Amino acid sequence: MLRRSDFAKKAKKRKIKLRSDFTKGISHGIPIALGYLSVSFGFGIAAVRSGISPLAASVISLTNLTSAGQAAGIDIIAACGTLLGMILVQLTINIRYSLMALSLSQNLSPKFTTGHRLLASYGITDEIFAVCSAQKEPLTPLYMYGMIFIAALGWVTGTALGAKMGQILPQNISDAMGIVLYGMFIAIIIPPSRKEKSVLCVVAAAAAMSVVFKYLLTQVSGGFAIIICAIAAAALGAVFFPVKEDEAE
Amino acid sequence: MSIAVYIAVMAGVTYIIRMLPFTFFRKKIKSRFIRSFLHYIPYAVLSAMTIPAIFYSTNSVITAVAGTVTALVLAYFDLPLIVVALSASAAAFITGLIERSL
Repeated sequence: MLRRSDFAKKAKKRKIKLRSDFTKGISHGIPIALGYLSVSFGFGIAAVRSGISPLAASVISLTNLTSAGQAAGIDIIAACGTLLGMILVQLTINIRYSLMALSLSQNLSPKFTTGHRLLASYGITDEIFAVCSAQKEPLTPLYMYGMIFIAALGWVTGTALGAKMGQILPQNISDAMGIVLYGMFIAIIIPPSRKEKSVLCVVAAAAAMSVVFKYLLTQVSGGFAIIICAIAAAALGAVFFPVKEDEAE
Repeated sequence: MSIAVYIAVMAGVTYIIRMLPFTFFRKKIKSRFIRSFLHYIPYAVLSAMTIPAIFYSTNSVITAVAGTVTALVLAYFDLPLIVVALSASAAAFITGLIERSL
């Protein structure tokens, strides 16, 4: 009797834990979803202007879940470009996700089986990566699913709304919403920069290089420039401030 | 060419880029250099993506600077992500109202 009630208690506890991982993912994903809503609204408008139907635009957002790659993709579709061109452009713009996926793979809970990995890799975006990599404890599948679910909902909803009713949102509101995602990035990089000089140096080096690419080396495309800056700054950090044994876990 | 083919190619390439390292990389990395590199890469990526792009995110450098400064100050005091993100946007919005009324 005692054993059975113990078992029931444990099962109940586990259920609560599971649900809280999913809801925790959702709540951590709300700022992402709000940012996506505004950014993808703009994508929806742009897609319709390129002659793509609202349905096709929404399907693109649902299946790709990435901003720069989609924007480049609709340009190629509108210009009736080649499939090889499409592949190369997507590779160049999105290859940064490989680095992010590799980084995240180092902090996954044992619950992440192959099936879960195959599913969750769909949702590795800049923002989801950013929030996930700021977590101290290992990532669980449910946590990532919660975040991906709410973020993808915002992304697809925003695209559909933008495609369907373009200019309804007043210009000054949609302008101000453009900064939401960047504000979130700042909230992620500043606190650790304040605590660790090494992170501050990496952040400053990446920002400085990014400025150089933006104004001086303008022939390098935006997506590529970010990869170069990030690799160079992180490598400098690794050379000058190698992490201690327990720190990189 | 049908748009469905374009979409399938786009989505397929983007998925494979994410899936391969995430699914097939199982080992804990031993090299201290690579572990350090991966420790710093999130901050480096986000910093390069934010600067200088944030200053062009609102169609007005003035409102963007107001939003950036707000975000920096609130982030310095360790406020939650959503508070920092929405306050930056609110600051840009209010600055935009002031800018237009001048």
